[in-house]
Parts: sequence; structure tokens; C-alpha cells
Amino acid sequence: MDFVNAIILLLNYIFIPALTYGSQLALGAIFVTLIYGILRFANFATGDMMSFGTMATILFTWYFQSLGVSLGVLPTALLAIPFGIIFMILYMLLIDKFVFKYYRHQKSPPVQFAMVSIGVMFVTQAVVRIIIGPADRRFFDGEKFIIKAREFKEMTGLNEGLALKSTQVITIFVTIVLVSLLFWFLNRTKTGKSMKAYSDNEDLALLSGIDPKKIVLVTWVIAGILATIGGALYGLDKSFKPFTYFNNMLPIFAAAIVGGIGNPFGAFLGGYVIAFSEILLTYAYKKFFMYVLPASMEPEGLVQLLSTDYKFAVSFSILVIVLLYRPSGIFKGKVL
Amino acid sequence: MRKNLNVIAAYSIMMVLILLVGIFQSWNIALSIFNLCLISAVMTMGANIQWGYAGLINFGIMGYTALGGLAAVLISVDPVQEAWRAGGFDILMALWLIVVMVLVIRFILKRFEKSKIRTYSIAAIIISGILLIRFSAEPGIEAIEAVDPAKTGFLGGFGLPIVFSWIVGALFAGGLAFIVGKVALGLRADYLAIATLLISEIVIAIIKHEDWLTRGVKNVIGLKRPAPYEVDLQTTDWFIKLVEKFNSGKLSVIENLADRQAALNQLVIEGSSVFVKLCYSGLFLVVVIILLILTQKALYSPWGRMMRAIRDNEEAANAMGKNVVKQHLLIFILGSAIVGIAGAMLVTQDGLFTPGSYRPMRYTFLIWVMVIVGGSGNNFGAILGGFVVWFLWIEAAPISLFLINFFTAGIPETNALKAHLIESVPYFRFLLMGLGLLFIMRYRPKGILPEKIEIK
Repeated sequence: MDFVNAIILLLNYIFIPALTYGSQLALGAIFVTLIYGILRFANFATGDMMSFGTMATILFTWYFQSLGVSLGVLPTALLAIPFGIIFMILYMLLIDKFVFKYYRHQKSPPVQFAMVSIGVMFVTQAVVRIIIGPADRRFFDGEKFIIKAREFKEMTGLNEGLALKSTQVITIFVTIVLVSLLFWFLNRTKTGKSMKAYSDNEDLALLSGIDPKKIVLVTWVIAGILATIGGALYGLDKSFKPFTYFNNMLPIFAAAIVGGIGNPFGAFLGGYVIAFSEILLTYAYKKFFMYVLPASMEPEGLVQLLSTDYKFAVSFSILVIVLLYRPSGIFKGKVL
Repeated sequence: MRKNLNVIAAYSIMMVLILLVGIFQSWNIALSIFNLCLISAVMTMGANIQWGYAGLINFGIMGYTALGGLAAVLISVDPVQEAWRAGGFDILMALWLIVVMVLVIRFILKRFEKSKIRTYSIAAIIISGILLIRFSAEPGIEAIEAVDPAKTGFLGGFGLPIVFSWIVGALFAGGLAFIVGKVALGLRADYLAIATLLISEIVIAIIKHEDWLTRGVKNVIGLKRPAPYEVDLQTTDWFIKLVEKFNSGKLSVIENLADRQAALNQLVIEGSSVFVKLCYSGLFLVVVIILLILTQKALYSPWGRMMRAIRDNEEAANAMGKNVVKQHLLIFILGSAIVGIAGAMLVTQDGLFTPGSYRPMRYTFLIWVMVIVGGSGNNFGAILGGFVVWFLWIEAAPISLFLINFFTAGIPETNALKAHLIESVPYFRFLLMGLGLLFIMRYRPKGILPEKIEIK
């Protein structure tokens, strides 16, 4: 019985939260990696673009709520996400037309692109803050829990409860669907394959008649979908605050690089690597050992490897180690 | 003279702008803008050495600034005897363990060939070392943090004058840069940017959460000052006489003796804070001028030419027998050390150390905007960038408020859109910075004062 309790404990405090957080990071990391692989620059405006998409989603959510439209037990935001995506894509295409296109035609070095993306980052931050303000916002409605901890305890008679938030299930489900669609698109359709070719060798791709304008357009459209959904899911699960989104850029970068930048599948797994190592290394295992070990061997301290203050530092340290030993990432393989 | 005309013009305009702020807003604001401009100028000089001279991208400026600030705390705060008695031994033990660990790793690296076993054993040493240090230092740390946590709860510093910390800050930052450079300089440009950004976040995390060393988010306040205190000045005779002399015209108009005394008191209070800021300006100007002379000399020396050669064509410079790796490391350390000086200066001026306030937006990206806008590779340009961008950063809110009021003059005050815009005035500074950066990068990619190569 104690053993089952220990498993439930780990599921409740480590596995499910890490899977949710990892999914949110994974979507962002694929976004980073696509931009890096096809448009060839490190996009420092990642976090802020995600916050722009989330902001659009929130505004539509409020609009639907004021109309009285709702999805019942599901959050209204799910209905608003498609509209948010449209605004996100329009914003990205606008930015691309007025900012990035020029440097693409100039064939500027990646560093210059990175600098320009910092300019975009400042502008996007300003736009988001001017429109919706810097405050912390929750826009979740509908049923909060699928299984409540107390109900679970009563149902099974165990000591440990297992809480399952609906946002967690939605996040994991949406991520699986979206990522499988994306990989189907990249590997099976003609456009996806031409994107792959463009990323592998630009000149060769152009010679074989691939239209670069179309590739760039499709890339931004996919990026917009990923950014908005990733951002909105994070906001639903936790809360929306522009500054947090800017900070989330860092673990997202870490995930993309750990997975091998330019490689979407690597980025997808990288998100989970980062999330799991952050949570595994900062969780206090005292209770777990109390269940597993006999009473005489119970640990005295919290059995915590690192204090939770160093959560971010964990992912960055992993990144630094990966950069040192395998600069091409854990999951090498072919690019895109 | 003629070829420097644009430099002189740009600096004159900048000075006039600051003077205008002094005349129309207040001298206090003008001087505080000016002081922070000087500090920003030091930071941009550091970043410019790395980016402009050598083409190294360093997004970790925030980390070096914070280390400089930490130096200011560790140098100037009086040691907390009780905390040293409570846990000093444990901390020294842990430090000693770290030194032993580093020596062992160095020994292994030197002694054995590169192999999988070597890598794994080094990893094992590091992990077990960290665990050992953590468990051995834990009681000491807890004891230190328990010593009067509302006031101290940390080890304190050395109790020396704070100006020394400007040098120590440079050493701290240079030391960190040495480690980071050894680790990360081999990476490609954009990877280096990301790696330095993340490393600086790690540094901030450590400074924020190691309370025994820095007091963490509880902040250290009331640091020593190199300048006199306002309260002391207000009761000093010579200072009151000085203020009286300066404002004799204004004072003589007032007939009533009591009124005149009240006016004088008011002037003394204002004057004292202006005087203190002037003291800081003087100190900072000395630093900026010394650094400017040194960096200019370096830029036009054979060493500077070599750095430009490395920047413009690494392979060719390498083929000519220049040690690119070593020079990159050197310049990374030098630039970071200068940023460390700026960090210490900043804390000196504020008189407080707030680890929570170090954010990449303000201390990394804004500095980069300064370098790019001012003109990378040109020291005068970088300094000008520091002045222009900081000035706009502070004055963006009043300017945008004015613009909003101007353009919406016909709309009544109660209009929701107008009220919302006025409410979000503080965020227009981000918009201004972003647009400024984008326009400069597009239409004047070399900055306001572009790099000039003079061959003498």
C-alpha cells in the first residue's frame, strides 16, 4: 500500500506537472527551432510573440464571455484561440514584411538578425503592455478539476490524493494532436518536404524550383499557430503576465538547443527534458522516502537536491553542459 | 578639428538636452540623468570593447553588473562579527573544498588523456563535491542567516571605503568572464549570445538566493558613500554660505527676514542634493575619462589593429600567427571587467544593493541598444549611445504623455481610449527603444557615430 502511495505522490507532484510544463515548453521550442532552421536566426522575441498571441486570445475570450458564449465545462479560451492565431499570424507577417524581409534579402549574418529580433522584442513588449497592461491575468473558466485530490482519496482509500486539473489534460491532449499534425505535415506533404529541403540547402532548394516566399509564409503561419497555442495553454494553466512570458523565453531556448536546434523532434523532446529535470532536481523527496523506506531509515532533512529557487538555473546549467559536450544537441539526426 | 565635427556636434546637442531638462524640470533630475548616463557610458564602453573591437557577442552584461554591485557590498559593509562566529568556519571549509575540487579536476585534466572514463570521473567528482559542500555548509549557512535576520543575516564585508569596490568589482567580473570565456567562447555567435544570457541568469539566481553572502532579496541598504550626506551638508556653515552666495540675487528681493530665512532653508535642502549628485558626477567623470583614454590608446595601438583584423577575418588573422582564442578570451575579460566597474559605480550611487532589480531588459538588452545606436567600434559613439538612450529611456514617459495629449487634444478627458493610453505611458519607452533600434539598424547600421579607421 505504501508503495502505491509513493507512486501516486510522484505522479501528482512530479510526473503530471512536468508533463504539462514540458508540453508548453515543447511548443515554444518547436517555434524557436523552426524559425532557426528555415529563417536562420535565433529569435529573441519568442517569449513576447507568445505573449502577443495569448493577449489576442484573452481579448477574444473576454469578448465571447461578454456575449455569453461558452463551451460549458471547457474553458472559453479554446474557442478564442483560433481568432488569436489569426491575429498572431497577421502580426508576424507584418513584422516580417517591415523588418526581417530586408535583412533576408541582404543575406545578413545571423548575429544581425538576432539584434533586429531584439528590436522586435522591445516593440512587441510595448504593444502588449500598452494594450492589455503588465498585470497578472487569469482567463480560465469552466470546470477546474477532472479529479479532485479529496475525491480520489475517498475513491481509492489511499493516503495520497491525485489531483488532475482540466488545464493539464487539455494541454497534454492539444500538444499531442498539434505535434502529430505538424510532423505529418513536415514529413508527408509536399510543402513540408520543400521546407525541409529549404532548411537543408537553400541554394539547392531554390534551383529545384521551390518558392522561397511561400516557404517563409508557411513558416510564419506554423510559428503563429505554435506560439499562440503554446502561450495560451501556459496562460490557462498558470496565468498570463507579460514579464513571465519574456522570462519563459530562456527555458524555451534551452529546450530548443538541448534538442538540437533546427530539429523539431529534438525540440519537442527537449521541452520534456528541461521540464522533468527542473522538477526532479528541485522536488523535496522526504515524503516519498517516508513511504518507501522502513520507519527506522526515515530521512531527516527534506531530501531536496536543490532549492526551488534554482529551478531556472537547473535548465540553464543543463544547456551549458550540452553546449560544451554536444553543441549540436542531444538528438542530433538530420536538420528538420 | 574638422573631421571631429560630428562628434562635437552630437555631444553638444546631448549636453544642451540635459541642460534643458535642468532648466525646465529640475537640476536634480538633470543631474541624476547625467550620472546614470555616465554609468551607462562605462557599461557601453565595456560592451563596445567586446562587440566593436572583437565582434564577440556578450548578452551576459547583467551578470557582470550584478557582480560589480556585489563587490560594492562585500567591500564597504562592516563585517558582521556574530555571523562570522556562528558560521564563518563552515563557509571557509566549503570554500576550501571548492578549491580542492578545482585542483583535483585540473590535475585529472593534465594527467590523463581525453577519454570517456576521464569525463565521467570528472562529472562524478563535481556531483559528489557539490553534495558534500551542500551538506557540510548547510548548518553554517543556517546559523548565519539566523543572526538578526531583520538587519543582517549575512557575513557582511570588509568595511573598507566603497570606492575600492570599483576595482574589486572589475576583478570579480573579470574572474567570471575568465570562466565563462574558457567555457563558451568556442561557440558560434548566436549560441554564444544565448549561452552568455543564460549564464548571467544563473549568476543572478545565485546572488538572489545565497542569503548568507548577499542578503538576497532582502536587499542591502545604507551602504557607505564616497560623497557627503545631505543631512550633514544642511547643517554645515560653509555650505549654507555657498548657497547664500549663489542665490544672493534671488534672496535679496525678499524683504521680510523670516521669509528670507525660510527661502534660504529651502534652497539649502535642494542645493544639498544637487551638491551630492555633483560629487558623484565628478567621480564618475574621472572614471569615464580614464577609461576613454585607455580604450582609445588601445584601439589605435598594434593590439587594436590586431583585434580588428581578428574581427574582420578570423582565419586570416590566425594564419598570420595571431592566437585568436587567447585574444578573444583576453578581450572578453577586459570588457566584462569594465562592466563590473559600472556595476559597482551603480550600487555606490544608489547606496543600496537590490538583487531583485537585475533584469535582462534593463541591464543587458538596453545596453546593447546603446552600443548599436551609438556606433559600435567607436568609443565616442558608444558613450554617446549610452547618453542618448538613457536620456530617452527616462524622458520617454513625459515625451509620450505630451504627444498623446497633443494628438488627442480634441477628445474629452473621459474618453476610455485616451485614459487607457495615458495610463500606459510608462510602456512607450519600450516602443521608443525598439523602433529606435530597428530604424538605426535599417538606415544607419553603423550607428550615429560610425567607426572610423584612422591609419596614422
